[in-house]
Amino acid sequence: MTVEFVNPSGAGRHAADAGVVDGIGGLRPADPAPPDVTAELPGGPVPGSPPPVDVTAQWPGGSVPPDRPLVGLESRDVSAWFGTHKVLERVSLRMRPGEVTALIGPSGCGKSTYLRILNRMHEMVRGASLAGEVLLDGQDIYRPDRQPAQVRRRIGMVFQKPNPFPAMSIYDNVASGLKLAGIKVANKDALVETSLRRAGLWNEVRSRLRAPGGALSGGQQQRLCIARSLAVSPDVLLMDEPCSALDPTSTRRVEDTIAELQGQVTIVIVTHNMQQAARVSQSCAFFLATHDTPGHIVEAGQTRGIFEDPQDSRTADYVHGRFG
Amino acid sequence: MTGASIPAPDAHDSIALGRLPAPAEPPAGGDWPEDRPRRIVTPRSAADRVFRGVLRCAGVAVLVITGLIALFLILRAGGALRKAGPSFFTTQSWIPAANRFGIAAVLPDGAIIAIIALAIAVPVALGTAVFISEYAPVRLRRTLIAVVDLMAAVPSIIYGLWGVFFLQPRVIGSIRWVAENLGFIPVFRVRGEHTSSSFTTSTFIAGLVVSLMVIPIIASICREVFSQAPVGEREAAYALGANRWGMVRTVVLPYGRGGIIGATMLGFGRAMGETIAIALIVSPTYLLATHIFENSGMSIAALIALRYQESTPEMLSALMAAGLVLFLITLLVNALASIVVSRSRSGAETE
Ligand SMILES: Nc1ncnc2c1ncn2[C@@H]1O[C@H](COP(=O)(O)OP(=O)(O)O)[C@@H](O)[C@H]1O
Ligand SMILES: [Mg+2]
Repeated sequence: MTVEFVNPSGAGRHAADAGVVDGIGGLRPADPAPPDVTAELPGGPVPGSPPPVDVTAQWPGGSVPPDRPLVGLESRDVSAWFGTHKVLERVSLRMRPGEVTALIGPSGCGKSTYLRILNRMHEMVRGASLAGEVLLDGQDIYRPDRQPAQVRRRIGMVFQKPNPFPAMSIYDNVASGLKLAGIKVANKDALVETSLRRAGLWNEVRSRLRAPGGALSGGQQQRLCIARSLAVSPDVLLMDEPCSALDPTSTRRVEDTIAELQGQVTIVIVTHNMQQAARVSQSCAFFLATHDTPGHIVEAGQTRGIFEDPQDSRTADYVHGRFG
Repeated sequence: MTGASIPAPDAHDSIALGRLPAPAEPPAGGDWPEDRPRRIVTPRSAADRVFRGVLRCAGVAVLVITGLIALFLILRAGGALRKAGPSFFTTQSWIPAANRFGIAAVLPDGAIIAIIALAIAVPVALGTAVFISEYAPVRLRRTLIAVVDLMAAVPSIIYGLWGVFFLQPRVIGSIRWVAENLGFIPVFRVRGEHTSSSFTTSTFIAGLVVSLMVIPIIASICREVFSQAPVGEREAAYALGANRWGMVRTVVLPYGRGGIIGATMLGFGRAMGETIAIALIVSPTYLLATHIFENSGMSIAALIALRYQESTPEMLSALMAAGLVLFLITLLVNALASIVVSRSRSGAETE
């Protein structure tokens, strides 16, 4: 099933996402690309075009501006199984470059599984399998010649439970991705500072960069994890309920961070908090699973549309908190 | 965004919720209630008390037994120690009848054998543990775990015999090659004429055999610790684009560091106390074995095993003195091991 994107406002109807479609068309001519799905999505930065100039201005660190084009992510007919248990069925979704896409839905409907499929973490679970394809910048990340580690370097992930390397210093935590990926940078200090600033943590830790990452508070740890993911300059950042283990103040901080990152990286965030989805995201997808149907997208589109004028009664029930 | 708005709290809320305003004055007719820590009494159930009692007895029993062993050794060793005096620690021979006996050779030789054993065992065991916990496919993993545990259960006499009759003749060629080609490094030099029997009873071969006994212990402990490395951190490493070795290096090994050190020290303790293999292999020379490929070397445990049938009380007392030293060293190593392990357990430690 290909999701029909709902766009009540109708804005951007003809802003064809030419970059992505061309990319796919050139590579896989036989592909039955869902025609013009993105055309119905609200307008946004077109991949291939340089980022807006003011992005650099928001960047206090200033040393690593996003001079790479923003990159979008798209899943096509993604299904997933754990053993023989099917948990996702034909999920197709476009996550637009530079935007924040929120995935909402009751627990157990497969949001985490879907997110983990987007950066090839799903395949590490024993017995897990999947169907369909995931296109990063128009290229299938599951193509046989692509190494999972390379894919994950471009598609970072922040987990529900903050997971810094506890014995490593804050500084080394941020730099750990570089070491793991074998990336050499000229000015590591500047990159660490920039990453921490982008994650909104710099001012709190600047005087104790050598302190262990495990000694920070939960909210700080989560922002450290965000900084760590950003240090390898991923194209996409996946966040699985990044605030569910945090107190309201820390949650606010992380939301601010996400708001700052918007326009710099493509973000996909799973959240159980409707207000949060409404606050941070531009696009939104509502997932649902019932006892006899695997998880699937009920409705997706502009966040405002999903919240103010949902087309499906189940979406309306969920966003208004009338769901089990 | 839609959603019910929360009514603003009004002034009556706190009272409606049952909160009392803080008293500004002491209650009428008296002082403030006492503001000191209260004594808290926890009544325990009978079952709890019995259980605690049993456990406490067991704990105390361990201490008492250890203390009794120490006392026994001290009492029995006293005679020899008084007779030998400080020379007990400086003499390199073992002739109690002539009052020339000391541990200046057997103690360091035993330590050298243990260090050789660890130098071989630790890398092999770490490799085994990492392979089993991180790389082996599930079915092979189960088999390997069983095999390693079985290896740990094999009595050391079996290793000793295997070392003497199988390993020894087969490694001599390699040892000779090393001694002849790397002989310029002092520890590898073999003095005197090189015949095939000049290499047979060295501390190195003893260490090699002892390493086989400690590998399964170290590997088993490390594997257990490695497999407990938190999934969250493993996934964090993978999500940053780590390959498996990168993940092992950043997550599994740092997490397992305390376990590795503890297992190594435990292995050291076992190697120091190892008796049979050393008694079978080395030739009792009672000289400091500074050249690991030469025929020499003896450890305290092997010394005791070889000479415990000596007849006179003086001779036995001398052996007790050596045993006392071994006992104290083992105690020290284990204490150090537990300190190191408990220090490095805390995840919040900086590198
Ligand atoms: N490792 C796993 N093994 C087997 N089943 C799993 C595993 N992880 C998740 N599932 C199942 O997959 C379904 C979707 O889970 P998940 O993606 O975690 O949902 P969500 O994140 O939306 O709460 C659930 O029914 C869950 O029981
Ligand atoms: Mg989840």
